[in-house]
Amino acid sequence: MHEKTIAQLSAGLAVGHFSSEELTCAFLDRIARFNSSLNAFITITAESALTQARAADERRRRGEAGPLTGVPIAHKDIFCTDGVRTSCGSRMLDRFIAPYNATVVEKLNAAGTVMLGKTNMDEFAMGSSNETSFYGPVRNPWDLEAVPGGSSGGSAAAVAARLTPGATGTDTGGSIRQPAALCGITGIKPTYGRVSRWGMIAYASSLDQGGPMARTAEDCALLLGAMAGFDPRDSTSVDRPVPDYIAHLDQPLDGLKVGLPKEYFGEGLDRAVAQAVEAAIAEYRQLGAEMVEISLPNSHLAIPAYYVVAPAECSSNLARFDGVRYGHRCEDPKDLLDLYTRSRGEGFGAEVKRRILVGTFALSAGYYDAYYLKAQQIRRLISEDFRRAFAQVDVIMGPTSPTVAFNLGEKADDPITMYLSDIYTIAVNLAGLPSLSLPVGFVGQRPVGLQLIGDYFAEDRLLNIAHRYQQVSDWHQRTPAAFA
Amino acid sequence: MSLGLAEVAKIAHLARLSIREEDAPIYARNLSAILELVAQMNAVDTTGVAPMAHPLDTAQRSRADEVTESNQRERFQAIAPRIEAGLYLVPKVIE
Repeated sequence: MHEKTIAQLSAGLAVGHFSSEELTCAFLDRIARFNSSLNAFITITAESALTQARAADERRRRGEAGPLTGVPIAHKDIFCTDGVRTSCGSRMLDRFIAPYNATVVEKLNAAGTVMLGKTNMDEFAMGSSNETSFYGPVRNPWDLEAVPGGSSGGSAAAVAARLTPGATGTDTGGSIRQPAALCGITGIKPTYGRVSRWGMIAYASSLDQGGPMARTAEDCALLLGAMAGFDPRDSTSVDRPVPDYIAHLDQPLDGLKVGLPKEYFGEGLDRAVAQAVEAAIAEYRQLGAEMVEISLPNSHLAIPAYYVVAPAECSSNLARFDGVRYGHRCEDPKDLLDLYTRSRGEGFGAEVKRRILVGTFALSAGYYDAYYLKAQQIRRLISEDFRRAFAQVDVIMGPTSPTVAFNLGEKADDPITMYLSDIYTIAVNLAGLPSLSLPVGFVGQRPVGLQLIGDYFAEDRLLNIAHRYQQVSDWHQRTPAAFA
Repeated sequence: MSLGLAEVAKIAHLARLSIREEDAPIYARNLSAILELVAQMNAVDTTGVAPMAHPLDTAQRSRADEVTESNQRERFQAIAPRIEAGLYLVPKVIE
């Protein structure tokens, strides 16, 4: 059962080949068997999963089932789940039991999905390797010596190892796409505002966006259809109807104009990764797409601008963790200042502290114009690059990550080197565009991802473009040998 | 821009973040390296470029001033580190 996609499981449930309870038990068994080698889950919610599965089966008997009813999934531990620990990968929230559900969780519950557990992640979603988690690193199912990418590393590894057919993730600078690429799965970061951020613990509010991670574009279409939509509780949520993503999947690609940004194929891109990406591009030509070289001249400014905007917003968002109302509190504070500083000092890990400090500095008196304002201006230049490109092409393609998964520990001591692993994904967040990563090959044992970038609200088109490729390729069907 | 130990201590205070003395030189080094990375922005003339605060350039909505949430004090205080009689406890602030 674990080899089936969500679409196949949905069909199996619909015709009664198996019940949601059987399906849920099968995945819980796999988690029990394999999680210790991967560390993909922080919390496993076996008991409530079975309750949800039985409720889904009951709902089906009443004739009220939808396509996702009874399908097991996992949630990144950044989404608040009522009554279940929501740690955000941090000691700060190690004992935080969320008192409500995030809108994404609420919507997927309403669709009838079953939550298997909460997946591991970089602390507060700050990282590209899943090594900053308080709960320890996640391992890549394709090679246990390699990182799964981050920050949604637990979700990516769990899907790749078939411990869950799908999972939620969040993407502030590449945190859905980069781990999807490094683990050989499909993941989509929607347009900013498409998926509600309510109950999704905030890192950088003008960049954060939730989205689905699964094996195929079709599965992502099913999940995104349930997750997306207007939410009055998120002040940046966009009030715009959600298209039927499944209905668009089979559209032919004849005449599709694909932009290949020369900046994404230059220095820094691993040769073997480039070859796999070029092979996929050749396949798209076969499918009827036309390739156009384009330029995104301000691409090199994306990382510098991001490392002002994201830390600045993080320093402000994480100010709420003060040891008073919830979260970690230090022992025997001698006064209020000591309570704040020590609770935060003990509760946050090194990478989170680094970003809080950078952000605090950038926003401090006298520096605002030189840093935050300047970064916001650069952001405008980057988004104008994309606007010009989309006047010319329908979609942009390139590598998701400059290399395949690196080794655990390889970049852990050097923040700058780590930051550069998101070189192709970050500009998309600054512009607020939708973007998808899909598997297109391997270098040795380690997967390569192709990144598609679309115009605002073109999620349907991105899913369609990825789906058509998956009809003529089998990279997304491969399973890591140790988890077959 | 390079940051020294005194500057790191000042920023840490502004952020209400205790950092161990032995870690301070590492933070100074890391922060300086990050600011150096960020300084690449200065190579670009952005005179007259309007800052972009929202990816879709829309204004935030406001809602009607109506009560939408019910009081859930007990539920929310169940996860508080220290409470008494419905109040959050902190060390004495006023002598």
